[in-house]
Amino acid sequence: MTATANLAARLGGAVGAEHMIAAEEELAAYAVDGFVPGAVVRPTSAEGAVEAVRFAVAEKLGLLPLGSRSKCEIGMAPSRYDVALDMTGVREIAHYDAGDLTLSVDAGMPLRELEIFLKRHGQFLPLAVPCFESTTAGGVIASGIDSALRMQYGTARDFLIGAEFVDGTGQLCKSGGRVVKNVTGYDLHKLLIGSLGTLGAITRVNFRTFPLPATSGGHVASFANCEGALSYKRSVEKAGLPLGNLEVLSPEVSRMIRAILQKCEASVPGALERKEWHVYSSYEGNEPVVQRISRDLERIAREAGAAHSEILEPAADDSLGGMLREAYEWLRWAGPATVICRLALPEVTPGILTKLSGFMDGELVRGAFLVRAMGTVYFAAVAEEVTEAAAVAFAKIALGAKWVAAANNGHASLLHAPTEVKSKLALAPESEKEFAFQQRIKLAFDPSSVFAPGRIVGGL
Amino acid sequence: MKSLLGARNVLDQTEDLILYEYDGSVEKARPDLVVFPHTTEEVSRVVKLALRYEVPVVGRGAGTGLSGGALARGGGVMIVFARMNKILEVDTDNCRAVVQPGVVNLDLTREVEHAGLYFAPDPSSAKSCTIGGNVAENAGGPHTLAYGVTANHVAALELVLPDGEIVRVGSRHGDVRGYDLCGLFVGSEGTLALVTEITVKLSRKAEAVKTLLAIFETIDHASQAVVEITARGITPAACEMLDGWTLRVVEDYIHAGFPRDSGAVLLLEVEGLREGVEGQAAAIEEVCRTCRAREVRVAKDERERDLLWKGRKNAFGALGRLAPSNYVLDGVIPRSKLPQALQRIRGIGEKFGFHVGNIFHAGDGNLHPIVLYDPRNQEQFEKAIAASHEIVRACVELGGALTGEHGVGMEKNELMTLSFSEADLALMLRVHDAMNPDSSLNPGKIFPLSKGCGEIRIKKKAGDMNA
Repeated sequence: MTATANLAARLGGAVGAEHMIAAEEELAAYAVDGFVPGAVVRPTSAEGAVEAVRFAVAEKLGLLPLGSRSKCEIGMAPSRYDVALDMTGVREIAHYDAGDLTLSVDAGMPLRELEIFLKRHGQFLPLAVPCFESTTAGGVIASGIDSALRMQYGTARDFLIGAEFVDGTGQLCKSGGRVVKNVTGYDLHKLLIGSLGTLGAITRVNFRTFPLPATSGGHVASFANCEGALSYKRSVEKAGLPLGNLEVLSPEVSRMIRAILQKCEASVPGALERKEWHVYSSYEGNEPVVQRISRDLERIAREAGAAHSEILEPAADDSLGGMLREAYEWLRWAGPATVICRLALPEVTPGILTKLSGFMDGELVRGAFLVRAMGTVYFAAVAEEVTEAAAVAFAKIALGAKWVAAANNGHASLLHAPTEVKSKLALAPESEKEFAFQQRIKLAFDPSSVFAPGRIVGGL
Repeated sequence: MKSLLGARNVLDQTEDLILYEYDGSVEKARPDLVVFPHTTEEVSRVVKLALRYEVPVVGRGAGTGLSGGALARGGGVMIVFARMNKILEVDTDNCRAVVQPGVVNLDLTREVEHAGLYFAPDPSSAKSCTIGGNVAENAGGPHTLAYGVTANHVAALELVLPDGEIVRVGSRHGDVRGYDLCGLFVGSEGTLALVTEITVKLSRKAEAVKTLLAIFETIDHASQAVVEITARGITPAACEMLDGWTLRVVEDYIHAGFPRDSGAVLLLEVEGLREGVEGQAAAIEEVCRTCRAREVRVAKDERERDLLWKGRKNAFGALGRLAPSNYVLDGVIPRSKLPQALQRIRGIGEKFGFHVGNIFHAGDGNLHPIVLYDPRNQEQFEKAIAASHEIVRACVELGGALTGEHGVGMEKNELMTLSFSEADLALMLRVHDAMNPDSSLNPGKIFPLSKGCGEIRIKKKAGDMNA
């Protein structure tokens, strides 16, 4: 018996053979950064997840909890990955109180199904995240990916009200609760956001839900250069309009979006035909509110000297809004090889974007920017070929993004990069002290380091 | 300590120390020493010195807390942040401010309102409570219904750890690298670290505000209106309830214009764009009328609006005229269960022989039943505590939580097992021990002491700390 078959057989003994996936071709689908696990467990209950974790702890194995695996490349490669814990089989709605706008749902529930369910009650979860079709409720929390609607609704931190998870001692734990206001005990569930599976296996998440808006609107203003676009964005922010999203698209991003929409025969906003910088706003409310915001945006665009200003038709707004929600997804497939960095900055200036562009070797890679409201920058670089030179150029870009962010009082993270690039990057934590602090948290949750060690920069 | 901070910044005489044995709760515990540092470095040095003498340390803002969070349960050194009260930086362009922990909540709003900004968390004690205290307790307030509690408005923190080390967590942007330590520290009730600097997010003032007073014959009708408003997906900026008994007491004292003959009122506020506010106010009015509101008044001007809010915010003070002391409870229930919860509270009050008043954040299900008692009457005091435990238990049974904004502190630590299993508490305790291994910081809070799991380890060495 091979070591892999042996592991699968013993694990099957602990969790039930019917919950095991052991065929080699199936295991390959669970690879993370080139590492293929020795076995996959797909439990159908939280108790099944508990058994799997206990087995891994006893056998000193590395275990990585996963949802639909759409974003498991975020983070560094795991240093030990023996068992994949596939949570997609744990997918019930545990509790829903429509009158209280609270929801408790198993980790494996796909967001799309949840959306359909909530829509029947006139509600929704403001998690407009990439790979929406497949992303699970647990995965969206563990990945920490940000939502295109954060300007209005905040991040998951603002509406995740509780969670249940298996900790590194194999115990099913919970924090928070099912009510919208609660300060009982430590908010451990907030630590799970963006933890990349390194603190525990999320089995259930509790959310505050929101009423679906009556109607929505979208607007695009176009500018000859990024100075104009960023200055307009600033004016819009200062106007205090209740926008859902506010995003600046570099000409390259607009070109990519146009190409994809045309290929899908979807409605393309006319403005995107222009080779300029575009600023997209989306908003919602009742009809008078939507009309008022459209009017104000047209006025602000005019005052900012926009080359073009356009209130989007609903179909065009839907397709552009959808593309921006999915930006991470299509950016990473925009060429044979791509790198996506995400910068979180107190303020985005044209100087910062120029500096970032400076790290790109125009011969090898082309770059694209997406500047989301509140200082979030998606910076993508695309190469036409995966060569050694391209890998070196990518590494330079990733380190450059980190440097630029730090120099501007912010920080950067690497959302996507070819495995060979990641292995070239010896990323060190930005603050030793903060890292030491994080290590203590990791140890409290996971004393024997069973959960996906190495995924967080620095080796947590 | 005196050589470290100067004699003017240290209190060690009993007559001074007794002023610090209280906070807003019914609890009492006296520190051995009270110190007033001016800088983060001084806080760090105080903590290191206390560590050397193995005495506990507790941080304190204005002492307005209602769960005993800022009391020195294990004696030791109390660090009062009153003199670390500077607003260090305001960045109106990017809606950020950096403040010291002793800055009074409302002072920050006053400092930034010229730019159309404000600090959203608005506890009733906003005129005196400090932002450091708000962070420790994850404070709420009437407007958290729409804008969220303190945690939603904190981007970064500077902390002094129990070993005196200074660490920064979070980022000015608000997003984190690695684990969300900022999210963990906000609301940890001073049991993991002392907060010495806070980067807060400022909010933009809405262009239009409408304040409504809906008047009902019975509290059941009023609570049904809250259930309906919530279920219809209307999110007012605030939705507060005062029951008839309470509002009569308040009216006698403040003359806010509350109708003395009604069973309950809802104080509602809608904010946003002018076009949206009109529609929301109309929808709320319609729901209230459907739920048999006798009258729905709209505040005509700023003065009338301020008066209504004055009535709400000073209600607890008004009740002080009726009895030597009052015990403000804090529990949360799912909003759909509001009528049942109020009925159960009434029943529990009757059982213990108290009239229980209700002034609370109805819109987010955050109850504040209020029990009037005389603390000199031991039997009455014990009954008040027993009634409060039963009310909290009822909240949990209805699917709610032990505390919505006051914190666990030393008021509810023994009740934690109502909401959390042994495994839940064991993990929370491991997180506690990872940061505060000797429980030298704010001992005896949050965790139950009776079950061994949260045993307070207070090592107290004989010796003169004034040396």
